Amino acid sequence: MINETKINIENLNLHIGKNHILKDINVQIPEKKLTVILGPSGCGKTTLLKSLNRLTDLYPEVKTQGRIFNGDEDILHPKTEITELRKKMGLLAQSPYPLPMSIYDNITYGLRISGRRKKRFLNKRVEYYLRQVSLWDEVKDRLKDPASALSIGQQQRLCLARGLSVDPDILLADEPTSALDPISSREVEELFVKLKQRYTIVMVTHILRQAKRVADYVIFMYLGEIIEHGPAEQIFEHPRNEITKSYIKGIYS
Amino acid sequence: MRALVLTNFKLRRNLREKLSTFWMKCCYILVLAMPFILLTGLLIKSSLLFGEKSLTELIFSSEWKPMSGKFGFLPFIISSLWVTFISVIIAAPICLLTAIYLTQYARRVVLKIMQPVIDILAGIPSVIYGVWGIIIIVPFVSKIAGWFNVHSSGYSILAGAVVLAVMIIPFILNILIEVYKTIPIELSEASLSLGATKWETIKKVLTRKAFPGIISSFGLGVSRAFGETIAVLMVVGNVVHIPTGIFQAGYPLPALIANNYGEMLSIPMYDSALMLAALILFIVVTIFNMGSRYIIIHYEKKI
Repeated sequence: MINETKINIENLNLHIGKNHILKDINVQIPEKKLTVILGPSGCGKTTLLKSLNRLTDLYPEVKTQGRIFNGDEDILHPKTEITELRKKMGLLAQSPYPLPMSIYDNITYGLRISGRRKKRFLNKRVEYYLRQVSLWDEVKDRLKDPASALSIGQQQRLCLARGLSVDPDILLADEPTSALDPISSREVEELFVKLKQRYTIVMVTHILRQAKRVADYVIFMYLGEIIEHGPAEQIFEHPRNEITKSYIKGIYS
Repeated sequence: MRALVLTNFKLRRNLREKLSTFWMKCCYILVLAMPFILLTGLLIKSSLLFGEKSLTELIFSSEWKPMSGKFGFLPFIISSLWVTFISVIIAAPICLLTAIYLTQYARRVVLKIMQPVIDILAGIPSVIYGVWGIIIIVPFVSKIAGWFNVHSSGYSILAGAVVLAVMIIPFILNILIEVYKTIPIELSEASLSLGATKWETIKKVLTRKAFPGIISSFGLGVSRAFGETIAVLMVVGNVVHIPTGIFQAGYPLPALIANNYGEMLSIPMYDSALMLAALILFIVVTIFNMGSRYIIIHYEKKI
């Protein structure tokens, strides 16, 4: 089962000040699969994820070298139109950060800044994406309420719907369940499994069991390097590297 | 024997505990009571004037002839409002843009350099701002007035407002920087990842999130500007009339009190009138503080 490559990372090196955070990253991320970036805390997983849509630009002390291709477009090239590129990638953070506005406006924000203003169109989209994350029935009567009034689990699903709203083909998720209670956590996880048929998903996690439940493809990182990557069964059942083996046996957490 | 020593020890510890709590409570009650003590003092002192004239007459009359017992506060109130609001209008956009630049665009080093500079500005004694106003701002305002074909000595509402604006900038700016700094970066990331530009993110998301803080910073600016005395008094002209333009002289309430208290007290009721001026000042500043607080609470529920 060979899939098309969606994102191609070539010789990526990233420094923060004098610290070498990502070292010679070379990896392909397959299309319409759920790729999990696995590894202990502080190994550079989140940084790698944020390099994919250049959110690393927000930190002036970060220096990146190398190339990341989405199709034939080099994401890291300074001339790349970054706002267009970011729209192709939905983002879900560790804990939910709803925008300081209503539930409705959270979903329409991305659409409105790209110039879609027709009320009927926006209404339809709001319902569509809220249904995608099974939130519609819970909030349909209070769309004008501030998003901060929702529970944490609902907020995280709202953030996911918001990420979907600009019609990306890639979803980036950074430990999306780490702030949630077990039930919400399970809900979000199931959503990802459902969504991976239509989106290329890259999910960072350090929860081994979660990775086993959802991953098609695994990138295992340790201290800023990719130790091993490959299809999920291969990594979980027959890891080749000693570090991967011991991580999967649960020696590092 | 040992048991006795132990009980003794316990008793002493308990006593110490009770005493220290007692003193803490005393101090806190004192601080809590301070504004009420102030307010009562002002009320008692100014009540003499209330006995003879109605409050509306005092506030809305513009006749200020202490010798014949006429005390109309309108010129002073209007002057105070003019200088205060013009100063905040000048200071607000400068502070907002500076805070946004320093927290969102500038490198961290720049912010680190700026912070002590702002603190120095905040710590300069107001009389120095006054002198600077006389030397630089007053002649400058006189010149600007000339461009508009208005004759002005430069000692005017505008000069007072400019000096005040410079004085309240560090206070407003410090709060705004704090407000923008505490917004989590993940919120920017969320907005950017939806295809927003940096400016859209700042305008539609960050500033919305910061709104209660922005209002409270401006509210604080207003209360400071309204009460500032020396620097304004030195450049504002101190002429008793209702100013009708920004190039005219004014006479704000704090200047009235500072200029006359202690000198004119031989005139009957004069000290009572000055206390009333102080009372008005006190009440207006309090209302502004409480008003901005109300907006914060009201708005925070909405976002």
